Amino acid sequence: MAAVKETVAAVAELEKYQHGFITDIEQDFAPKGLNADIVRFISAKKDEPEWMLQWRLDAFERWLALEEPDWAKVHYPKIDYQDSYYYAAPSQKAGPMSLDEVDPDILETYKKLGIPLREQEVLAGVQGAPKYAVDAVFDSVSVVTTFKKELAAVGVIFCSMSEAIREHPELVKKYLGSVVPVSDNYFACLNSAVFSDGSFVYIPPGVRCPMELSTYFRINAKDSGQFERTLIIADKGSYCSYLEGCTAPMRDENQLHAAVVELIILEDAEIKYSTVQNWYPGDPVTGKGGIYNFVTKRADCREPRAKVSWTQVETGSAITWKYPSCILRGEGSSGEFYSIAVTNGHQQADTGTKMIHLGANTKSRIISKGISAGKSSNTYRGLVSAHPKAVGSRNFTQCDSLLIGKDCAAHTVPYIEARNGQSVFEHEATTTRLSDDQLFYCQQRGLDTESAVALLVNGFVRDVLQTLPMEFAVEAQKLVAISLEGSVG
Amino acid sequence: MNSMLSITNLHATVADKPILQGLTLDVPAGEVHAIMGPNGAGKSTLGYVLTGRPGYEVTGGTATLDGEDLFALDPNERAAKGMFLSFQYPLEIPGVPALTFIRTALNAQRKARGEDEISAPAFLKLARETAASLKIDFDMLKRALNVGFSGGEKKRMEIFQMAMLSPRFLILDETDSGLDIDALRIVSEGVNAMRSPDRAMLVITHYQRLLDYIKPDRVHVLSAGRIVASGGPELALELEREGYDKYAQVAA
Repeated sequence: MAAVKETVAAVAELEKYQHGFITDIEQDFAPKGLNADIVRFISAKKDEPEWMLQWRLDAFERWLALEEPDWAKVHYPKIDYQDSYYYAAPSQKAGPMSLDEVDPDILETYKKLGIPLREQEVLAGVQGAPKYAVDAVFDSVSVVTTFKKELAAVGVIFCSMSEAIREHPELVKKYLGSVVPVSDNYFACLNSAVFSDGSFVYIPPGVRCPMELSTYFRINAKDSGQFERTLIIADKGSYCSYLEGCTAPMRDENQLHAAVVELIILEDAEIKYSTVQNWYPGDPVTGKGGIYNFVTKRADCREPRAKVSWTQVETGSAITWKYPSCILRGEGSSGEFYSIAVTNGHQQADTGTKMIHLGANTKSRIISKGISAGKSSNTYRGLVSAHPKAVGSRNFTQCDSLLIGKDCAAHTVPYIEARNGQSVFEHEATTTRLSDDQLFYCQQRGLDTESAVALLVNGFVRDVLQTLPMEFAVEAQKLVAISLEGSVG
Repeated sequence: MNSMLSITNLHATVADKPILQGLTLDVPAGEVHAIMGPNGAGKSTLGYVLTGRPGYEVTGGTATLDGEDLFALDPNERAAKGMFLSFQYPLEIPGVPALTFIRTALNAQRKARGEDEISAPAFLKLARETAASLKIDFDMLKRALNVGFSGGEKKRMEIFQMAMLSPRFLILDETDSGLDIDALRIVSEGVNAMRSPDRAMLVITHYQRLLDYIKPDRVHVLSAGRIVASGGPELALELEREGYDKYAQVAA
C-alpha cells in the first residue's frame, strides 16, 4: 500500500527522464571507428595478457563475416559502426583504485543517481536496511567496486572484468564464452571483440553470498558505445542475488549498448539476476535519440538441480532487443523469467526469453507483462524447447499485454518445440486495453488520471514486482509510473 | 433554498443522443430521495453526469453541490468534495488488493482537501470495524478488488468503500440488483447507518423493494429525461401497483 502511495507521489514529483544529465569530465577516447588496431588499443589500455588479445582478435575476424540480424520486430536506420567510439574512459590511471582517487564529478554522478559508493554511506543508511555491494561502470571502465574485503572474507570474488582477467585468469579462461560463444550472434560477437568492462563474480562451493551484489552502468560519453561483459559463476551449492541498473544522458544521437552476460550455475547452486533498465528512451515526441539496447544474456544450468531466475524491468532505451535465456542442461534444473517491459513515445521493444530444456525433469516458468503506450511497439518473443532427452520437463508461460491509448501495438510471438512425448508445456496469453471504465471508476473514488493509470498498471505487473528484491521493487514501481506519465488524456 | 444538491434544467447527451432533457431536482441535506422510472428514462445517466463520466456530455443546465458548480470540476475533484457513486456494475481492478485501492483513494481525497494522510493503524482499525458491520470477511479485502467476486459481493464492496470514504452526497445506482434478501438487508443497514443531517442520498431503483429498507423522504419519477412526478413514499407504492405507463404518456 505504501509503495502505491509512493508511486503516486513520485509521479507528481519527478520529471520524465531524471537521469538525463551529462557529467563534464576529461575522458580518454580510442579513435572513432572499428578495426583490428582499435581492438589492440582496447586490449593494451587494459593491460591484457596475450591470450585475451587473441580471443578478441579472433572475435573481430568472425564479426566481419557476420550479418546484422533483421528478424526482430524493430526498425532503425542502418548503424554505421565506423562512426562511434569503442573506448571511452575517465582520464585516470587504469586498474583498481581507492574511492579517494575517483574523480569527484563521477562520485557526484553516482550520488545524483542514488547509488551508494561509500561503504559507510550504505552502513549509515536506515537501520536494518540490507547492505549491497556495488560495481560502478562508467562508460568503458569500472570506477569502483565496494565491499570487496568483506566479500573476500567468505571467498566471494566480486570485481571488474578487467581485474578478473589479470587476477583470476584461470577462471576467466575456463568460463568466458562458454555460455555465449564468441560468434553466437552479431552483437555478442562485436562485444567479444571490443568489450570494455563489466562485473565478474565467483561464489565458491557452499557459500551463500552475504549481500546483494549490483552493478550500475552509466553511459556518459557522446557518440560512444557501451560494451560491457558480465560473468557470474555460482559453484556447487552456492547462492547469489545480483542487481543491475542502467541510465544514460539525454542525447540526440542514438548510442549502442551491446552487452553480454553469462551465468554459470553448478550443482544445487542458484543465481537470481534482476535488471532495472532505464537507458534514455529518446525524445517522447520526435523519437530522436535514445539507446539501442542490443543485449545477449544467457544462463547455463550446467549441473543437476541448478537454478536460475531472471527478473527484468525494462522501461528505457529507444530499442530493446534482449532475450535472457536459460539452458537447462543439468537433470532437475530450473529456470525462471519474469519480465515487465514498458514502452511509451516511439520506443520499440522486442524482448522475451528462451527456455532450452536439455536435461530430464527440468522446469521453467515465464511470466511476461508488456505495457505499450504512445506510438510504441512492444513484442514478446519466446522459445520453449524440449530436446529428446528432456523427458518429464515442464514449462508454464503467462504472457500478458496491456495497451494504453490507440496508437501503440503489442505482439506475442511464442515458439514451442517439443522433441519428446513426455514434456508438458502450458501457454497462456491475454491482451487487454486499459479501459476508460476502469479509469473512471478510479477517478470517481478520488484518484486523478495519472494516479489511476499508475495504480492500474502496478496491479497489472504485480506478479512480477513481487519477485524483485524489496528496494528494487519500490524503485521499479516508480519507474513504471514515470515512464507512462502523460500516456492518457 | 438550502439544498445540498441542486439541479436546474439539465440537458445531457450520450453519443449525440439526448438523454436528459430539462431535469430539475433539489435534494436538501439530511434527506433521501428515490429516483424511479422505466428502462431508458435516464436514471443511470443522471448518476454518471453528476460524477463526470467521460462520454456523458452536458449540453445545458446546471448542477451544484453546496452551491459549487459540479461541472467545473474533474471527476476526482468531485469525489474529494464528497460525491460518491455506487456503481450498478462495479469494475474489476486486477492485481490491486481492495484495501490498497481504498486507502489510495482515501488518501488522494484527503490530500485534495488539504488533510493529512490517514495513518496505517487508523486505516486498518476503520477497515476492520466497517467490514464487520457489513459482514465482509476481512480476507476478502486482501484480494484484488472485485476480481472473481459475485454480483452480491461487488455490491457489498461498493457500500464498504462508501462507508470508508465517508462521502457527503451518495448516489446508489440500482444497488439492489443482484442481491438476495439477506444481502439486501445488510447493504441497506449499511446505507441507513450513513444517514445523517449533513449527508444526502439519491437512490436510483426500478423497484419498490429496496425502499422498504431504505425509506425515502421523497420519490421522483424520471421519464424521458425529466422528473414527471414527485411525492412522498406512497408514490413508490403506487408505481409498484400501477407501473410506469401513465408517466410514459406524460413525457410524450
